[in-house]
Amino acid sequence: MSVTTLSSPALAQRQPSWLVRLFDYKPFLIVMCLAPALGLLAVFLTYPLGLGVWLAFTDTTIGRRGIFVGLENFQYLLTDPLWWNAVFYSVFYTGIATFGKFALGFWLALLLNNHFPFKSVLRAIVLLPWIVPTVLSALAFWWIYDPQFSIISYLLVDVLHWKSSNIDFLGSPWPARFSLIAANIWRGIPFVAISLLAGLQTISPSLYEAAMLDGASAWQRFRYITFPMMMPILAIVMTFSIIFTFTDFQLVYAITRGGPVNSTHLLATLAFQRGIAGGELGEGAAIAVSMIPFLVFATLFSYFGLARRKWQQGEAND
Amino acid sequence: MTDTLAQGSAVTKAAPDTMAWDSGLRRLMMIYLPLGCFVLILLFPFYWMAITSFKPNAELMNYRDNNPFWISSPTLAHIKHLLFNTAYPHWLKTTMLVAIGSTTLSLIASTLAAYAIERLRFRGSPYVGLGIYLAYLVPPSILFIPLATVVVQFGLFDSPLALILVYPTFLVPFCTWLLIGYFKSIPYELEECALVDGATRLQILRRITLPLAVPGLISAGIFSFTLSWNEFIYALAFIQSGANKTVPVAILTELVTGDVYQWGALMAGSLLGSLPVAIFYSLFVDYYVSSLTGAVKE
Repeated sequence: MSVTTLSSPALAQRQPSWLVRLFDYKPFLIVMCLAPALGLLAVFLTYPLGLGVWLAFTDTTIGRRGIFVGLENFQYLLTDPLWWNAVFYSVFYTGIATFGKFALGFWLALLLNNHFPFKSVLRAIVLLPWIVPTVLSALAFWWIYDPQFSIISYLLVDVLHWKSSNIDFLGSPWPARFSLIAANIWRGIPFVAISLLAGLQTISPSLYEAAMLDGASAWQRFRYITFPMMMPILAIVMTFSIIFTFTDFQLVYAITRGGPVNSTHLLATLAFQRGIAGGELGEGAAIAVSMIPFLVFATLFSYFGLARRKWQQGEAND
Repeated sequence: MTDTLAQGSAVTKAAPDTMAWDSGLRRLMMIYLPLGCFVLILLFPFYWMAITSFKPNAELMNYRDNNPFWISSPTLAHIKHLLFNTAYPHWLKTTMLVAIGSTTLSLIASTLAAYAIERLRFRGSPYVGLGIYLAYLVPPSILFIPLATVVVQFGLFDSPLALILVYPTFLVPFCTWLLIGYFKSIPYELEECALVDGATRLQILRRITLPLAVPGLISAGIFSFTLSWNEFIYALAFIQSGANKTVPVAILTELVTGDVYQWGALMAGSLLGSLPVAIFYSLFVDYYVSSLTGAVKE
């Protein structure tokens, strides 16, 4: 503060140059401040988004400009069993993984909301899976799911004697699908738990005290206080989680690359396989664009479905 | 508060079953046991990664004679192989360069944008803020194919500069959003005082607002650094030559060779690639937690 008061007399004496005056002209300053951010977003986000939609209607390949082919790419996708398979697995993956993440994450948040020693250390440890690069932890999962040397198989077969032979996690379609979902849940729990924990801490303890005086059980306190109070934050976190689970790429690409026999392709990995690896940019873009309706629907559903209570009451958003 | 506590203890004395309800055993079963399971499961892959990277190959492939959960003769062979027989140091350098470059770029862009939206207040500024926020909801999986053609058009294909320029698309929305929240918490009166004293807008930003927003800048910075260190799909699609790859992409595409996976080297690479962000994280835990929760609450 003292710096500014000191510099102001000096400033008054000096005749401000035209450059200084220009930068103090508010409309100019606003444009200058917004230019870098909006410029970057326009060139590398809005333009590619439009270009992607355009590419989806062309037969562009790598190294050849395409011509407009109308809905041909989409018509082809509708007859392509692999695309339908990817749609099915994307929806299935998102549904099960989101449910798992939120059930376990909410539970973990409730546990962390208690008082116990080393709470902040524990909170820091819990966030670790979310911090570490996904591909690198996915590699660890790949090794954990190894057909021969899986540590889970070792535990179940040699230590606990529950099973007689090793589990083939990634060799056949359904075990592979569930193995990937488990890895996704593992990675998603921390984000959900820490976000919901922040929401839990904003709930006033006096509500619980009042409910306890009225004789509410622990379940009733959860059902009628915690859950409704958490709805707005649940809606936001769930919207984010659904969007980024549905468009997930890294985990599947690192662990199975869509195999065995293309059973674990998500739309994103299929788009990569066709568009970049296969060179069919137009078709890849069509697959990517086909994700948009699902995303819009999921966003509207999770946001308005969960935040329903709020906008029905006509409260302002905050 | 003391009243209710006193009443509570009186009640527990009167009714022994309520006391049992709150006893240590119940706490153990309902809190510590599930918490222990959570921590065990969340940390096990890292333990497994670490222990694999120091195990000799003979132990890795033989669970009968060695306890797989422990190392009987630790070795640095995998790490040595990684550092001297592969381009790993180079990949680390590229990743660091890309992460620092894109973090700097997006911090500058988003500080200016957040200042304009929150403090220079103009007609429609909330809508610009909303637009930037919505950009955060566009996932990279939709953008990477058209972006690849854009990158080729600009002649940036296979260059780390492409990543430095593209990463801000997901960093700027997050940072701007975080910083708008931070600027909001700085009293506007401070700026008014400076205006009355004749300071220009840029002086105000440099001398008053930015020094007060340092915690927010640190949060945004470490978040951007982590996100760009972890980014995968753009780096996979835009970089082709082995030398220019970032660590996550290089480990997956350069170290996974043939049918026999070198698990020791793979896990050592993953461990070394995770360490920088893990160390960074441990230094700034509180900033991470506050920015994560602050961003969600905004």
